[in-house]
Amino acid sequence: MKLWIAFWNIVAKDFRTYYLKPPNISWGLIFPFAWTGMFFIRSGRGLESIADILPGVIALSILFGTTSLLSVTVTFEKKNRSFERLLLAPIPLELLMLAKTGGAILFGVVNAFVPVAMAAFLVNPLRVDWLVFVPAVFLISVASTFLGLFIAVAVSEVFEAQTFSNFFRFPMIFLCGLFFPVSALPVFLRPLAYVLPLTYGADMLHGAIHGGNVMPFAVDLAALAGFCVVLFMVSLYNVRRRWIA
Amino acid sequence: MNDIAIEVRGLAKRFGDVQAVAEVDFAVRAGELFGFLGPNGAGKTTTINMLTGLARPDAGTVRIGGIDCTRNPRAAQHLIGVVPDESNLYPELTGFDNLCFCAALYGMAGGERRARAGELLEMFDLTAAAGRRFGGYSKGMKRRLTIAAGIIHRPPILFLDEPTTGIDVASARQVRRLIGELHEHGTTIFLTTHYIDEAERLCDRIAFIVAGRIVGVDLVANLVHPVRDKQVMLIACAPGAQDLVGELAEAFPALECTCPEPGSIRIEAREPIPVGPLVHFIEARGAEVSEARKIRPSLEDIFVRITGIGADAMRREKEKSGGKQ
Repeated sequence: MKLWIAFWNIVAKDFRTYYLKPPNISWGLIFPFAWTGMFFIRSGRGLESIADILPGVIALSILFGTTSLLSVTVTFEKKNRSFERLLLAPIPLELLMLAKTGGAILFGVVNAFVPVAMAAFLVNPLRVDWLVFVPAVFLISVASTFLGLFIAVAVSEVFEAQTFSNFFRFPMIFLCGLFFPVSALPVFLRPLAYVLPLTYGADMLHGAIHGGNVMPFAVDLAALAGFCVVLFMVSLYNVRRRWIA
Repeated sequence: MNDIAIEVRGLAKRFGDVQAVAEVDFAVRAGELFGFLGPNGAGKTTTINMLTGLARPDAGTVRIGGIDCTRNPRAAQHLIGVVPDESNLYPELTGFDNLCFCAALYGMAGGERRARAGELLEMFDLTAAAGRRFGGYSKGMKRRLTIAAGIIHRPPILFLDEPTTGIDVASARQVRRLIGELHEHGTTIFLTTHYIDEAERLCDRIAFIVAGRIVGVDLVANLVHPVRDKQVMLIACAPGAQDLVGELAEAFPALECTCPEPGSIRIEAREPIPVGPLVHFIEARGAEVSEARKIRPSLEDIFVRITGIGADAMRREKEKSGGKQ
C-alpha cells in the first residue's frame, strides 16, 4: 500500500476544498491588513513602527488562520461523518492526522508571508533574518494547527469549535509578547506567558525581524517543537478515546 | 483468504449503563451474504463499528480474513469496504472526484483511480452525473455512489449498513440488484437491514439481534421452513373486532387467531382456512369485514416469533427516526 498517495491526496483535497476557497483567501489578506492598521494607528509612531508590529501580526495571522480552519473543517467532517471514511482507510492514525493537518500548516505558512509582503512596500529596506524567520513561521504554524486539532477533537459542534478556539486565542494575543514584551506584564501573569507556545514563536519572530528576542533561539525552537509534540500526542490520544471508542 | 471471512466471538460493548452488544458470536463464510436483522437500537451499527475498526470492543475477538482486528484494528482495513447507513462522501466534490479520492485512500495510482472510478460510475448508472457535486445528488444517487465508494478498492468483504433506507422504491430496487451482482461475483457481504423481506430475498444466512444479543442464526431456507406449509390469512375489519379473537378461537379450534393491530385479525392454520364461515361469523357479530387476504408465510413471521417485535412496528420506528422507503 502506497501510503504517500493517500497522504498527498488528503492534503490536496483539503487544500482544494477548504483553504483555496475565496473567503479564506480574502481572510488571509484582510486579517493582517486590519491588525497592522489597528496597531499602526495605535502606536502613532509612523512607518518605523511597522517592524515592531510585524511579528505580532504574522503570529496572529497564523494562529487565527490555522486554528479557525482546522478546528472547523475537522469538526464539520466529523459531524457529516465523512471523517469516518478516513478512519476506515488502511492508513496509520498518526499519518492520517498529519495529512489532515498538513493543509492547515501550509495555509498558516502562506498566511505568514502576506503581512511580510505588505510590510515590504511600507518599510524600505525590510531586513529579515530568513534563517530564523522560516523555521519560526513553520513551527508556529505546526503548533497552532495542532492546537486547532486539539480543539476539534474536544468539541462536537462547529460553533463550539469557534468559541473554544477563542478561549485559547484571545489570552495569547495579550500574554505572548506579540505587541508588548512579556516583561511588561504584571508579575503574576508572566509564568502564564511561558506555558503558551506563541510566546516562543513571537520571540523568534521579534529576533528575526528587528533583533528583539529575549530568549536564545535554541530555547524558542526546542519549546515550540515540544509544544508541537505534546499537542499532537494529546490529540491522537483523544481521537482514539473519543472517536474510536 | 480463509474459508471464514468474518469470525466474531464473545463480542461486547457497553455505553454507560447501556449494554449495547453482549456476548455476540457468529461466523460469516467467504462469499456468503449474511444478514444482520434487528430493530432500532438492537446493536447492529455498534456491531458493524466494532467489526470495521470504528469502535473498540469491551470484550471478545473479531477476525477479518483471519486477521485479529481486536489487537490491530487497522490491519484488516484493506480487506473491507464499508457503506454506512448515511451517505458520507464529500458534498463539495463531484461524484467522479469523490471516487478518485476514496481510491487514493487505498493507495491506488492516478490512472488506475480514474479508470476504476469511470468503471463504477457506469456500473452504478451514474456516468451522466459524474461531473456534478455530490451535495446536489438525489438520495438514491447518493446511496449508489456511496456503495460504489465502498467497493472502489475491490474489497473481498463488504459491510452494508441499511443500504436501502431512506431511498425511493426504484433506487432501492437498483441497489438490491447491485448487491446481488456483487454477491454473484464472490464478495462476502455483511448486510444490516430492518426490511425483513429484503433480507429474505437477498441473504444466504441471517442472524437476529435484539437488545444487543443474537437470538437466532440460520440459513434463510431453514428459518422459513417451519412456517412455509402454513396457511395464513389477514382479515381487516372494523376497529373493535379484535374483541372477537377469543370467540373465533372457540368457534374454530383448528385455527390460531391473533390480533396484530387494532382492526386486523390474523388467522393461521395447517389446513386450508374456511374463508366464508369466518367472514360470516365476524359479520354476524356486527363487525364489517373490508378485506380477507391470504398471505404467504415469510421470514417476517419467524422474526416476530423469535423477537416478539412486529415487523411493521420496526419499519415505522425506523421511518420515524429518519429513513423512509
